Amino acid sequence: MSKRSGAASPSLLQVARVFAVLGTTSFGGGVVAYLRGALVEREGWFDDQEFVRLLELGQTLPGLNSVNLAVMAGDQVRGAPGAVVAGLAMTLPGVAFVLSLGALYAPYAHALWMTAMLGGAAAAAVGLLLATALRLGRAQFGRPLDLAILLITAFAVGELRLPLLWVVPVVGAVAIWLYRPRRRGTDTQDVGTAP
Amino acid sequence: MMEQLATLAQLFMDFATASLLAIGGGSAALPELHKIVVTETHWLSDRQFKDIYSLGQISPGPNMTMVAVIGMHVAGWAGALVTLIAFFVPSSLLAVGANRLWRRLEPWPWLEAIRQGLAPVAIGLLIAGVWLLARIAIEGVPTLTIAIVATAILLAWRVNPRWLIVAGASVRWLVSG
Repeated sequence: MSKRSGAASPSLLQVARVFAVLGTTSFGGGVVAYLRGALVEREGWFDDQEFVRLLELGQTLPGLNSVNLAVMAGDQVRGAPGAVVAGLAMTLPGVAFVLSLGALYAPYAHALWMTAMLGGAAAAAVGLLLATALRLGRAQFGRPLDLAILLITAFAVGELRLPLLWVVPVVGAVAIWLYRPRRRGTDTQDVGTAP
Repeated sequence: MMEQLATLAQLFMDFATASLLAIGGGSAALPELHKIVVTETHWLSDRQFKDIYSLGQISPGPNMTMVAVIGMHVAGWAGALVTLIAFFVPSSLLAVGANRLWRRLEPWPWLEAIRQGLAPVAIGLLIAGVWLLARIAIEGVPTLTIAIVATAILLAWRVNPRWLIVAGASVRWLVSG
């Protein structure tokens, strides 16, 4: 797979414009769909295969999928400045919006109507998060080993309130080891062997 | 002054740690953030935490820009800036770095193991986030109903989640009136 494929080289200003539009118009779980529409279909910076590769990498890494995708895409079309511009343009509109909401909320935090409305919004947000987890986890729920890893993680973090700092490394290491590469007869390849 | 700096340093460390360990997206960091800002430091109450999360849900762009509101609440503009940098910059550097190393990483046989092994951990973190938020946000029959209906609608149809959040807020307000 060739990196920097498509030979698209938009200007920094174009990068800023594309991601500022995305940062202003996209919402929550749907951000990835918006990103694909813009980067693959409208701008043609990446083909589908390259977009999927970036998406999968962004999902495996920590941090937000959408922001990871934005900075990686910005870096690929325009280098480090492109990454910075893409990241800022993607996040700043939402930051400005949510800070404004926060300022509006503060004086009315204890008003009954505010309590009721945000209570309803939070309840709907529970549904949104649950639907997201169920949809993303479809493959994992069907496999006993994955289901066990999933439940242990959820129980340790959600119920026992153990710190992520050791739940993720410990459970993650065990899970990765369970999926370790196996080869008949030979040992697994080591890290530094790639050219 | 020193106290302010200490608070900012703590905000930075805690939010950067939460972001870097929250594999599988921003909401996976929810339980850890709640633990830091509510359980341990009492910077926010359960109510405020839930309210601020809801504000984030009706805002455009990536999830979790609401960390800025938490930072603002704890330490003003400096706090907002520090939480944003901590939450978004280290993970972005990691993403760009990994992407640049991709051609060297790709043939590495452990990569598939990492992907397969971490996928259920990521979903587990999301479920923990749901669990936590549900415990704070489900207070009775109306909120439980809203949550169940929202889940069902989202699983059945492709709708913009923002409108569901707004609908949830309106319904709860009407029922309370």
